Amino acid sequence: MGELMTCTAGTVVAVLRAGAEAVLSHREELVRLDREIGDADHGENMARGFEAVTTKIDSATAGTPGAVLKTAASTLISTVGGASGPLYGTAFLRAASAVGDAEQLDGAAVARALQAGLEGVTARGKAVTGDKTMIDALSPAVEAAKAAAGAGEPPAEVLARAAEAAESGAQATEPLVARKGRASYLGERSAGHLDPGARSTALLLSAFAESARSSR
Amino acid sequence: MSVGLVVVSHSAPLAEGVREVAAQMAPQVRVVPAGGLADGAVGTDFEKVSAALSEAFSDGGVVLLYDLGSAQMTAELAVEALDDPNAGRVVDAPLVEGAVAAAVAAQGGSDLDAVARAAEDAARAPVEGEPVGAPAEPGEVRQEIELTNEVGLHARPAALLARSLTGLDAAVRVELGENEADAASVLSVMGLGARKGDRVVLRASGPDAQQAVRLITELAQRNFDE
Repeated sequence: MGELMTCTAGTVVAVLRAGAEAVLSHREELVRLDREIGDADHGENMARGFEAVTTKIDSATAGTPGAVLKTAASTLISTVGGASGPLYGTAFLRAASAVGDAEQLDGAAVARALQAGLEGVTARGKAVTGDKTMIDALSPAVEAAKAAAGAGEPPAEVLARAAEAAESGAQATEPLVARKGRASYLGERSAGHLDPGARSTALLLSAFAESARSSR
Repeated sequence: MSVGLVVVSHSAPLAEGVREVAAQMAPQVRVVPAGGLADGAVGTDFEKVSAALSEAFSDGGVVLLYDLGSAQMTAELAVEALDDPNAGRVVDAPLVEGAVAAAVAAQGGSDLDAVARAAEDAARAPVEGEPVGAPAEPGEVRQEIELTNEVGLHARPAALLARSLTGLDAAVRVELGENEADAASVLSVMGLGARKGDRVVLRASGPDAQQAVRLITELAQRNFDE
């Protein structure tokens, strides 16, 4: 058997559960990062939201990948709060729309979903690359995903490349001065810290990739 | 049905306070506060904003005002979740001034576009009144009136004055000394700082100019129903 070439609703459920586990096990780190340049609630908010997602999604009744993503979106919107709730919620909502009611997603569909998520976050938060936000992780992730999908890679590989790029992007937020969100109130003092939103985006994509790879 | 308003704030008391001020100026308008998290903590809650949006909803649509940061995103998301997202409008406006201006416009029967514009224009309303400008136009109606009510052209009288122009096709300026204000803008009229005993000049143009001046003059003679 070679690579698993498509991703089903069950895969999306597994991937999201892995994302939730990653958020929960990094809760303290996210709290610490956000305490340095924000209001210290990112870890708690994300943990609460993704814990709620795991109770709402179920591989037995998953339907389509899009339906699972939509459930995750509305759950995150209702439970995360702050700016992250609307931002992550919008990302998953747009990703859900992008994949429509397809039963299975190939690598290109996964890249399209990530691209739509990025567009949603950009529209909602009105930030651009370099503002020291989650876009600094998500934007390079989308570019890497598109390149991988363009080369015909399967979903797991598309996610793996996206995760790598997101990780580098998140690390690169450290020297930046925040221009959006709560951290922007700190001005120059926001430099020298990782952006919590970029970090959580990288964490999630890395967990998604890991899970997709192991479900081969 | 008049346009409804939703006040989205990180704080429940702040949202309620803004509602209170706006409702005083426009008692018939539905102004619904959506402040704080479900447990009362500081933050914005999507469910709360969505519920407020349903409560404020009317055929005329709803205008949402927000305080800062994530309140805007939460408001936009709640509007996008409506069956008809065009029925909700999130406006970039100063919270208190915008809510007052929007409420007065809604009370006057303005449509969604006009109510949203009234809120947005509140940011540009001159605090001190504008310098007196244009010379008299042909057909302009001028009338000097003395303010005999206790508070002069303060918030409530200014709101009554603006509302008295509802449905009239007339542009009315209020002059005090070297400053003038658009009579339809509550904030602009308040910005004149006209007090009891001041004499202000009304300058109206348009088909309903006579009627507009008559209504305002009567209102002033009734001491703005104080």
